[in-house]
Amino acid sequence: MPTPQELKQRIEAAIPGASAEVESADNVHFSARVVSPEFAAKSRVQQHRMVYDVFDGQLGGDIHALQLRTEVP
Amino acid sequence: MSETQIREAIQEAIRDNEVVVFMKGTPQQPMCGFSARTVATLQEMQTPFAAVDVLPDPRIRQELSGLSGWPTIPQLFVKGELVGGCDIIVEMYESGELAQTLGVDAPQDAPDQAPEAAPSAAPMLQPENRL
Repeated sequence: MPTPQELKQRIEAAIPGASAEVESADNVHFSARVVSPEFAAKSRVQQHRMVYDVFDGQLGGDIHALQLRTEVP
Repeated sequence: MSETQIREAIQEAIRDNEVVVFMKGTPQQPMCGFSARTVATLQEMQTPFAAVDVLPDPRIRQELSGLSGWPTIPQLFVKGELVGGCDIIVEMYESGELAQTLGVDAPQDAPDQAPEAAPSAAPMLQPENRL
């Protein structure tokens, strides 16, 4: 079962300069706030896609839901 | 219905409706908290929108995500463009961008915060709703 710590590490490893805060009460539904300079000049759809891509194929599976907020520092 | 026919029906729904949301369940009976919140937020804007339920056939979701490159449900399209899922719509509602994107004036009495999911008789986030 994925943990918030694992999601945080994977996001930070995949997106340059990213810092992530990830929470979950049940290790199935997650909530994440991700800050990265890479998000600059990208639409919200593009920003969220960058994070979704980190978990390709897992969303809707063992990661049932990932509530997401992306920000530029 | 073949995958191709499903894909064409999805493309048609996106093309023919200025505002269309693909969701789990219906606006009257959403089957997931995120779909419920998205619909409640759109209803605050008092603008008409079309809704497509992805639950009747798992291939609807597969083909939709293949077309949009977006893995989760709900998905909101305005004028043929993917605007985003629940989190983005809530964020845009609260910043005023949603009204702009929809081309409407936010109603005077609309609350500053996006509404929480409207109460529904349907059970939400059931494990079997993973389609």
